[in-house]
Amino acid sequence: MQRSQSNNSIFYNVDWITVLTYLILIFMGWLNIYAAVYNEEHYVITDISQKYGKQLIWISTSLLLAFIILIIDENFYTAFSYLVFGIILFANIAVPYLGREVKGSRSWFRFGDFGIQPAEFMKFAANLALAKFLSNQNIKIADYKNTFLSLLIIGVPCIVIMKLQDETGLAIVFAAFIFTLYREGLSVNYLLLGFLAVVLFILALLINNLYLFIIIGSLCTISLLFIKRNAKNLFIIAAIGLTACSMVRGTTYIYDHMEDHQKIRIDVLLGRGTVDLKKEGYNVNQAKIAIGSGGFVGKGYLKGTQTKYDFVPEQDTDFIFCTVGEEWGFVGSSVVIILQLFLIIRIIFISERQRSPFSRIYGYGVASVLFFHLTVNVGMTIGLAPVIGIPLPFFSYGGSSLWSFTILLFIFIKLDSKRLQILR
Amino acid sequence: MNQLSDRKFIIIGVFILVGLAYISRLFYIQVIDDSYKLDARNQAFRYTTEFPIRGYIYDRNNKLLVYNEAAYDLMVLPKNVKNIDTLDFCELLGITKDQFLKKMKKAIMAPNSPRKESIFEKQLSPTDYASLQEVLYRFPGFFVQSRTLRKYPRKIAAHMLGYIGEADKHTTEKDTYYNEGDYLGISGIEKTYEKVLRGKKGMHIIMKDVNNRDMGSYMNGLYDTAAISGLPLTTTIDADLQEYAEMLMQNKIGSVVAIDPSTGEILAIVTSPTYDPNLFVGRERNKNYVQLSLDSIGKPLFNRSTMASYPPGSTFKLIMALIGLNEGVLTSQTRYPCARGYPPLGGHPKCHPHGSPLDLEGAIGASCNSYFSYVFKSVIDDKKYHDTYKAYANWREIATSFCLGTKTGSDLANELRGNVPSIAYYDKIFGKGSWKASTVISLGIGQNELGITPLQNANLVAIIANKGWYYTPHIVKAINGNPNDTILDRFKVKHYTKIKDTAVYNTVIAGMARAVEAGTAAALKIEGIPYCAKTGTAQNAGKDHSVFVCFAPKDNPKIAIGILIENAGFGATYAGPIARLMMEKYLKGKITRPDLEKKMLETDLIHKDKNAKVTKQQ
Ligand SMILES: [Zn+2]
Repeated sequence: MQRSQSNNSIFYNVDWITVLTYLILIFMGWLNIYAAVYNEEHYVITDISQKYGKQLIWISTSLLLAFIILIIDENFYTAFSYLVFGIILFANIAVPYLGREVKGSRSWFRFGDFGIQPAEFMKFAANLALAKFLSNQNIKIADYKNTFLSLLIIGVPCIVIMKLQDETGLAIVFAAFIFTLYREGLSVNYLLLGFLAVVLFILALLINNLYLFIIIGSLCTISLLFIKRNAKNLFIIAAIGLTACSMVRGTTYIYDHMEDHQKIRIDVLLGRGTVDLKKEGYNVNQAKIAIGSGGFVGKGYLKGTQTKYDFVPEQDTDFIFCTVGEEWGFVGSSVVIILQLFLIIRIIFISERQRSPFSRIYGYGVASVLFFHLTVNVGMTIGLAPVIGIPLPFFSYGGSSLWSFTILLFIFIKLDSKRLQILR
Repeated sequence: MNQLSDRKFIIIGVFILVGLAYISRLFYIQVIDDSYKLDARNQAFRYTTEFPIRGYIYDRNNKLLVYNEAAYDLMVLPKNVKNIDTLDFCELLGITKDQFLKKMKKAIMAPNSPRKESIFEKQLSPTDYASLQEVLYRFPGFFVQSRTLRKYPRKIAAHMLGYIGEADKHTTEKDTYYNEGDYLGISGIEKTYEKVLRGKKGMHIIMKDVNNRDMGSYMNGLYDTAAISGLPLTTTIDADLQEYAEMLMQNKIGSVVAIDPSTGEILAIVTSPTYDPNLFVGRERNKNYVQLSLDSIGKPLFNRSTMASYPPGSTFKLIMALIGLNEGVLTSQTRYPCARGYPPLGGHPKCHPHGSPLDLEGAIGASCNSYFSYVFKSVIDDKKYHDTYKAYANWREIATSFCLGTKTGSDLANELRGNVPSIAYYDKIFGKGSWKASTVISLGIGQNELGITPLQNANLVAIIANKGWYYTPHIVKAINGNPNDTILDRFKVKHYTKIKDTAVYNTVIAGMARAVEAGTAAALKIEGIPYCAKTGTAQNAGKDHSVFVCFAPKDNPKIAIGILIENAGFGATYAGPIARLMMEKYLKGKITRPDLEKKMLETDLIHKDKNAKVTKQQ
């Protein structure tokens, strides 16, 4: 009797470790938002006009959302994947035309004081659609056609968000699904090619192109000495060499066609040319100063001076990690990174225990998206990634991102809790 | 399929690798690299120093000698200077745009830096400060630091008190307490008692926001430290006596030191010419300094009382008499001839005309060079030593025990040692074994290489007055009102000379008393106060220095004075009257010889050549 009762409970089989990690991260995040906007004149934590007060609303609604997600039948997510994807994609296409423009951004639906950014919800929708597509028994990703179709599921939202809404940060996140594709059988060659492209992109900006051509040429020649010199190998090396050279040329082309602020961000990251710390280099420099000044154990909660007195821009949203670094020091920032990674890796392990490919693929999507956010967000504050405006999961201020991450995660928790029932 | 699920390890591997890379990076910028912390401190904090109030200085009767006046330094942190109305700012300060740019450049260039605050404009007057303070918020990067400046209500004892200067790089490297530009004592007791007077700096940490606005004190002042005021000093100086002595010494080059023999306390210490200590304070300071240093004759910056070495001259004859009596080669009845000089060496050293032969008392009174040459020879050729070297070593040891050729150890800054030549020195000059008493005979009359500072000279008189002992002469009587401060302990130790027989002193003292009663100082008697004195000269390349030593009263002496006036000839002419007036002033509080006082005040030995020329032209 008791057993069947717990069977029916919506919390049955829920992975509490994941939920607990989620709750800890959200709580820490909220403490840090409080610290980032801390102001002695508004000392009441729940004051709604203040951001931490608002964030409290976002947190409670997120928990409500999580609860609803756990109530909804698991089959809903598999059955309506494409529908959800379609609706949200439509919302994203519509928002530039229907939404109100806020601070030059056209990616928001506004409801009074609160705003919703549909691009945030595109992540879980695309993840659902991708899982649905790849879990089809007839689909083999190694097939070029299927590779193309999966890239379409990722690429369309990406292009819509980038081109129509001009939200580079939110768009670039879709690159994270490369991990899912890789896990599901995407040829390693694609990844190597991608890796080569990134390396060459950086080198092309740092080294004179002519030298780079010479280096590529000599590397190809040297490699000929170590392998069997038959026609096939010769062709492969020649192809690689030519691709590499065209990538170098392509870099220059892409760079030249970038917008100025993007160029600057890349220059700042690579330390190209002279970076004015008062202008383009300001954000990153201030972020590093704030984090660096935290020392080993930090300055203590609410005692950060760099973040509190507005030296760090966007310290409650994209640069929230600075508050962590300054007030909690190396210990605190490491704990945050480790907790986030723990959650991500936990999700991967859970994914691997799924009998249903849909659940597994969806899980990988969740882990990939979280990892991408973590890498880029923390990376930009410590000067290891370009400044791309994406939030730190569960930490950054903002309802849409918190809702989005909550939905993303809790659909997976729901799927996992029914792993014994779902077969497909 | 199995192969594909293995890819999870690669994915997890990548995730962990990135995590490790990030944590290492964090470790680098948060723990290893300090530059970010420094940047943060510079940008979010303003450290303001609260300078302590420097201790006041009083005379022995609690009359104020030195106090403080507030001054305000305009400071600049060039990094934070932005968007200011330069013209408006220049007008406010009354400077030109060129000057402004020059000052800014100075603040940015090494050893200053854009990230370091430095003084932009020194010592604003309180009124300038008041008008500036109201509008300073319009000029980010500028702020005012309050400082205290020394003020001297009586304009006396400049050399003794010393002056304050700014710490330079050398100082800050030696003592990290100081930052460049901090004030500290450079000379005088401002230097020797620096640590007592300065107190302790306080530090306030004020938080700033990104717009350089003050956001209140950091952690409610938890890490702030309050400045601790410096302690007041009570000196041994009698301000009235000091002032009187300086007046008497005006227009004369020389030095007077008066000591209370019973305590070693310095009652007055005068270097002449002197200057108004107020000249060394404030914005005109450098200009005044240059001007004073240009006076090549008077050399007012030269602290003669402790830094000038004069031949002790006839004062030393007293020591010769003491040594002779003590060694048993001389009695009060011993008579030696004088033939306008020392006969055995063909009349060298020379002497002035007087009756001959003389006994000891007469020789002291007449300051006979021949007599004391005999005494010196008898001491060095003393049979009991069988050896010139042993006898000379003994003579030198006794002389040194009177604090000659060695620092007195007083608390006055920069004391000279003076000189009593060593055996090694004469060996070098004449060759080993090639010199004897007659070679260095004029040591007996306080000439040759003998050198003595006015302070040592006065101390010598105090030793004779005390009949063989002294306290280290000193200038500070009490610290923060406490005469028993341990810093002052060393001034409470009695030092004895090698001559302890008081009978020996009595003979010499009797001679000094005779000099006042009926001798060379007979014209300088003080009614009701019998005192002891010795007039004399110190031979000099130019005109002889006028020397006079004395102590009063004869019994239980309260004041011992040594005075030397450069190129003034016979001791009784100038040096004597000034010492006499000082004794009367100190002991009686009034002057019974206004004629003498007037004469001394009007005597001008510095400008007399010039005056003479002017008269001739007329
Ligand atoms: Zn004679």
